[in-house]
Amino acid sequence: MTAVAALSEDVSTYLARRARWSPLEIAFWVFAFATIWLFPGKYLILKDTAILALFALSLDLILGFAGILSLGQAAFFGFAGYFTGLAAKYGVINEPVVALVLAGVVAATLGFVTSFLVLRGSDLTRLMVTLGVSLMLGEVANRYSDITGGADGLQGVTIAPILGVFRFDLYGHNGYVYCLIVLFVCFVIARRIVYSPFGLSLRAVKGNSLRASAVGIPVNGRLVAIYTVSAAFAGMAGALLTQTTAFCSLDVFSIDRSADLLLVLIIGGTGYLYGGLIGAVIYRFMQDYISTLTPQYWQFWIGLMLVGIVLVGRERIGGWNEALRAAISRFFARFVSRSATLGAAAPDGG
Amino acid sequence: MPILETIGLEKRFGGIVAAQNVNLAIEQGARHALIGPNGAGKTTVVNLLTGVLKPTAGRIVLEGRDITALEPHQRVRLGMARTFQINQLFLDLTPLETIGLAVSERVGSGGDWWRLVGSKAAVTDEIVEIVERFRLADVMHERTAILPYGKQRLLEIALAFACRPRVLLLDEPAAGVPEAERQELLATIAALPADVTVLLIEHDMDLVFSFADCISVLVNGSLFVDGPPEDIARDPRVKAVYLGEELDA
Repeated sequence: MTAVAALSEDVSTYLARRARWSPLEIAFWVFAFATIWLFPGKYLILKDTAILALFALSLDLILGFAGILSLGQAAFFGFAGYFTGLAAKYGVINEPVVALVLAGVVAATLGFVTSFLVLRGSDLTRLMVTLGVSLMLGEVANRYSDITGGADGLQGVTIAPILGVFRFDLYGHNGYVYCLIVLFVCFVIARRIVYSPFGLSLRAVKGNSLRASAVGIPVNGRLVAIYTVSAAFAGMAGALLTQTTAFCSLDVFSIDRSADLLLVLIIGGTGYLYGGLIGAVIYRFMQDYISTLTPQYWQFWIGLMLVGIVLVGRERIGGWNEALRAAISRFFARFVSRSATLGAAAPDGG
Repeated sequence: MPILETIGLEKRFGGIVAAQNVNLAIEQGARHALIGPNGAGKTTVVNLLTGVLKPTAGRIVLEGRDITALEPHQRVRLGMARTFQINQLFLDLTPLETIGLAVSERVGSGGDWWRLVGSKAAVTDEIVEIVERFRLADVMHERTAILPYGKQRLLEIALAFACRPRVLLLDEPAAGVPEAERQELLATIAALPADVTVLLIEHDMDLVFSFADCISVLVNGSLFVDGPPEDIARDPRVKAVYLGEELDA
């Protein structure tokens, strides 16, 4: 009987601790917010990174957790970007936070409608169908250039102050803080989803959809749901770009954007939520650094890096850095537990 | 009234008949075995029962309800779960997570995205009970991919059991399990609650005759004969088509 009690204790402690924020995660976010004061001259690139990170997080939700390979996240990014731009231009929705939430809803609706296309088929089918949707939207935006501004982009967008108080200043300070907060809130939601029964069922679907349905999981329903959430996140990233640049052009729909996104996520690693964030930092800062050395050919180095990742990761390309990650968290855990022991010992000693 | 019944069940793949006029009747609480030589269509019947395949003709009735058109996950919710002949597990998850997700799904909180796994006491209690029953406590935090085969086999059954089925379909549960781990597996199967109806699809005659109280013999996609084990063992036709072949082999 005591064995059962101990087992019960073990199970409930494990489940309770499973979703706890690790010290490494806390350090990550403390540092992320510290950049506001640490790098005041870098707001523009930091802001770009935060937007890219949110965008990559949206892809990680479907690729890393549900196994849906997509080359069409730009569809939601661009759709919501234009929605935000047009709404601001014509004065329909002026306040950025309200516009952001609505942009998320609009993108989610588009995601929900198109999700039925990704239910069937394998990776290649999904890749093509998601690509197809974003190509179509891009050309629709191109065709109706009287509304979207076509190749010149959407002109005359003015974005009201955030919450009616914080203006988008010239240095990009408020813009960056705003993007970072949105990223953090979305991350917390994504994290909650991942550790929920719903998130667990997604991993089951990804791992073995035949068995998932045999334990009562409505596979298609779950895929539709996460695809919709992912679209909302991608849409909010697009809205942030429009809001912080007061501009929107056709390149929000470009294939490059979706392809770069996949690259960003692979660089950071899939399926542990931080991959998109870390990938965005590496990608964006590498781009910045290398392009000052060789402006035209910077993608050569990104390509080289990709080849290196494939050689290391082989079949599990999204997990190429797993061993590295495990080593870092082990090191960090030891470091933290040592300082915790010291802290605990101090009162006795003193 | 039988708890699970098929009426004129038929499945064709193009010109090939995999199952034909299968009329199974499984009584509440039975230990029913479905046997037959290789390629007799046993797994096809399981796939039809669970909804992985849709029948070409015929009906499937679970507790008086026609489930022929239902999706696999809907049948699970109505109380029918299965195991697979070849393990179908979530290799990246731990046994604890695997069972946790099945239990969450059964209690109807599988779609909850705001709640953490195990935040319901009832779910945790049930996970503990299943981990204990299927002797998985010592490996519950390991990745499923690295478990010994016998433990994976136990998890395979535990996962179906976690759906709290009224009818449990076991597709060759002992297949490939090494002798050393076999006893543990058989003991676990023997200890399944009496109110759970079990349909056992099996090759292993020792297991079938020690476990089943009713046996159906499937030959070439059709139900050949069914009855209590004594009758089946004595039936000369069964010996001819099945046991004979098995003994000769």
